Amino acid sequence: MSDASTFTTRSIQIAFVAIMIGVWYGVTTTGSVTPLFLPPIDAVKSAFVRLVQTGQFWSAVRVTLTTIAQAWLIAVVMGILVAYLVTRSKFLVAVFEPVIASTFAIPLTLLFPLFILFFGIGPNSKVAYAATYGFFPVALNTIAGLSSVNEHYLRAARSMGASGFDTFRHVLFPAAFPVILTGLRVSFFISFASVLGGETLSSAAGIGKNIALAAELMEPARMYAWIVFVICTTVTLNFVVSAFENRRREY
Amino acid sequence: MLDTGPERPVAVSVRNVTQRFAAQGAAGTVVALDDISLDVRRGEFVCLLGPSGCGKSTLLNIIGGLFDASEGSVTVAGQPVKGPSPKRISFIFQESTLYPWYSIRENFDVSFKFQGVPKAEWEGRTRDALAAVGMSRFIDHYPNQLSVGMRQRVNLARGLALDTDIILMDEPFAALDEQTRMVLGEDLSELLAKTGKTIIFVTHSLAEAVFLSDRIFVWTARPGRIKSIIEVGEAHPRSPDFMLTQRFGELRNQCYALLRDEVRQAMSLERDAGAPAPAGA
Repeated sequence: MSDASTFTTRSIQIAFVAIMIGVWYGVTTTGSVTPLFLPPIDAVKSAFVRLVQTGQFWSAVRVTLTTIAQAWLIAVVMGILVAYLVTRSKFLVAVFEPVIASTFAIPLTLLFPLFILFFGIGPNSKVAYAATYGFFPVALNTIAGLSSVNEHYLRAARSMGASGFDTFRHVLFPAAFPVILTGLRVSFFISFASVLGGETLSSAAGIGKNIALAAELMEPARMYAWIVFVICTTVTLNFVVSAFENRRREY
Repeated sequence: MLDTGPERPVAVSVRNVTQRFAAQGAAGTVVALDDISLDVRRGEFVCLLGPSGCGKSTLLNIIGGLFDASEGSVTVAGQPVKGPSPKRISFIFQESTLYPWYSIRENFDVSFKFQGVPKAEWEGRTRDALAAVGMSRFIDHYPNQLSVGMRQRVNLARGLALDTDIILMDEPFAALDEQTRMVLGEDLSELLAKTGKTIIFVTHSLAEAVFLSDRIFVWTARPGRIKSIIEVGEAHPRSPDFMLTQRFGELRNQCYALLRDEVRQAMSLERDAGAPAPAGA
């Protein structure tokens, strides 16, 4: 994209955010929405300041981020491992790829109560639930990436005497990486959403728990303070991921 | 002077190799190679020339240990081939097999790593090989920053850097335009004259085969058999002037005469194997 059109798209995006905030400000100051549904920006801001001043903010953030990181790590390792094993033969791909794809199509939220049953109300149930959900996009993209690696690259590696591990490290993985990266990204945001959703449904701690609690206690300003925080975090993470993706060389 | 005579030891020996593939769709099997036997002497440059699909690349893969033959055997320096032997045989493939995610230097490094070359030698061998093909300046470039011709030049350099006695080339210049191909052919002739390596080169270019080879094995259409062996008998390195000689023209015509019917047959085989032609076609 040219600099001029980048500037235009960025301006429109910023204008969009500004309009959203403007509408929020407008509807709350004119009183057309009750503060119980949508509190004024000032109230949310002071609720946020109060939140940060108490120790519970950082402890909740720490619980949630740790849970997400653990879940995502498990999803990535398991996803790549399973995909590697499945792509060892065309037969295995033909058998398991559709199985993994259709399991991913099931709304796994249905099974959330089972995770609570097995792993309790603590962070472990959220780790297991989010890791399970996050596993699928990694596995599916890695299978797609690994099974579409140019045959010539593999034959060349074999003719030069490459071991199985060297072939994976220097040929298979880098060749499939652009496709795998998409899976990692999708998996990350699914893990993120699953942890927050899980915490909201049933949890002892974490950001999701705090949002649900604020709603129950009829404290909309505090609830929105958390929601705005999550939105800002997600947008920032998305920027970081995109910047990383754009930096890698196109081939 | 020519020293590719029969007194030289045999480097590669192919005995009664037959290769069958399961046919797609239709029942039964396709015979790709039918009872091939040939000897390549050490230091010899041999071309396998034939119509597309005659199985010459398959034979190259069998010699290199990448495929197993259905029947028959291949011995390299007296030892039977039972899989890739990277210390003795290297491949240069049709498509550039430089890995696009690595720079030229990293591509060489990873090849040496695969082949088990001591790390201390990597740098020197990379530099020498790139210098030999005039590509030293591009050592830190990525393959997609180079033209197709430059890439294949680097690919060639890598094949040479692996420093095996035998090099198997599977239409290495097929993706290049004719002029680039000629220039690379001249360079190859010059490089190889110095090294004395044994080369088996698959091509369907008549001019390339005559210009580069000591001997040309002309193939039949499927099932692949060796129809005729042509001795070129011209010392390496060969200058472009060789292409202007009467002898070059005669050899080229001789190859073409041998191939013409085979190519027609190969084309009709392909037609028959394809979907039924629409009415009136």
